[in-house]
Amino acid sequence: MKDMNLDDIVGNPREYELTFYDGSVRKVFVTKIETPYPDGKLIVSRTDKAGIITHVNRAFVEMSGFSKEELINQPHYILRHPDMPKAAYKDLWDTVEAGNKWHGYVKNLRKDGGYYLVYATVIPNIRNGEVVGYTSVRRKPSPRKMAEALALYAQMLQEEQS
Amino acid sequence: MTYQMTVSPDFAPELIAGWYIFNTWLQKQLGEGIHLELYNDFKSQREAIRSDQVDIIYANPFDASMLIREKGFTALARPAGKQDEAVIAVKAQYPADCVEDLPPGIRLAFTDDPDVHLMGMIMLEAADLNADNTEKRVVDSYVIVAKQLIRDEADVGFFLKEAFDNLSNFTREQLKVLVESQISIIHHSLLVGPRLAAQREQIREFLLKMSADPKGVGVLESLGFQSWENVDQEDAEFMIDLMDTLG
Repeated sequence: MKDMNLDDIVGNPREYELTFYDGSVRKVFVTKIETPYPDGKLIVSRTDKAGIITHVNRAFVEMSGFSKEELINQPHYILRHPDMPKAAYKDLWDTVEAGNKWHGYVKNLRKDGGYYLVYATVIPNIRNGEVVGYTSVRRKPSPRKMAEALALYAQMLQEEQS
Repeated sequence: MTYQMTVSPDFAPELIAGWYIFNTWLQKQLGEGIHLELYNDFKSQREAIRSDQVDIIYANPFDASMLIREKGFTALARPAGKQDEAVIAVKAQYPADCVEDLPPGIRLAFTDDPDVHLMGMIMLEAADLNADNTEKRVVDSYVIVAKQLIRDEADVGFFLKEAFDNLSNFTREQLKVLVESQISIIHHSLLVGPRLAAQREQIREFLLKMSADPKGVGVLESLGFQSWENVDQEDAEFMIDLMDTLG
């Protein structure tokens, strides 16, 4: 996956290097600018079994800052924020690969280096008894639960890095 | 054999005549007897579904999931350009301008419409409100939800957007919208059951050609939309997946 482009960044970024489960590495630039979650909207995407994006709705495009063309055929971890611990994603994949519904609070990275906060639910798409992909729906999170999750993630991240 | 058709009880009351007209039209196209049974509430309609009395149904998305997954129904079509959205409103003078202003302990009024309830509760999560820190009042119609707000018998009301827009101007002027959903992908659809499996594709064709036929156009007008849009198996599965993520 391509590194983030400094020309796309708005504000003063910090640089991180992320390593994903498939071994690929990406340089990302992160700012402290939050894009508030819009009232009443759902962010919807679908991926294939490998987590490659096959469908996004308009709210996904607006919130991520990417165009639809930039998102389709990319791994869903294009949104991975360095403040999210790896263990959270491992839990997500373990859950959905077992055919179950996963939900949790997620900090997502935007194309411009900013972030947005969501409550995400991911379910396996089962057709004729087989998992053919995943649907993810994100909605505006409870501020209290989001704050609790971010505090927990900070702790988990520290443990992962130590 | 006479088949039974029914309509999700959240349909606008002014469309009752339209559904009878549609039923007559469909019977003529199909050359089969179809009895239209309108249930007053979701509970009695679900009982009819459970006891396999229903063959054709204009279902809300919540029930469509159950009909397809558990009862072997197939979705055929949905009204073009018509989505299910929810509105959260309060009395005009209520001291809140957005859901985040709402305090715990508020009294919620809503109907037994399951998808509007689901969308309403999702939108309240942003204010840390849930079933545990709110009081609920389930009423029979959206007009009663509005009355409860105006009479201070409830603080917050959930409405199907279409029903909210159809309230009288006088009623709407006494209310204030805090938030409207913009989900765009949840909609009612027309489904047929296993007893009509052999006629399924024929019915689909009748529906999709309806807007090209002058008589069909008149029937559609009485239902409040312009045409039916095809729903294939994957469209239906996608919506069920979506409803699963929200439940």
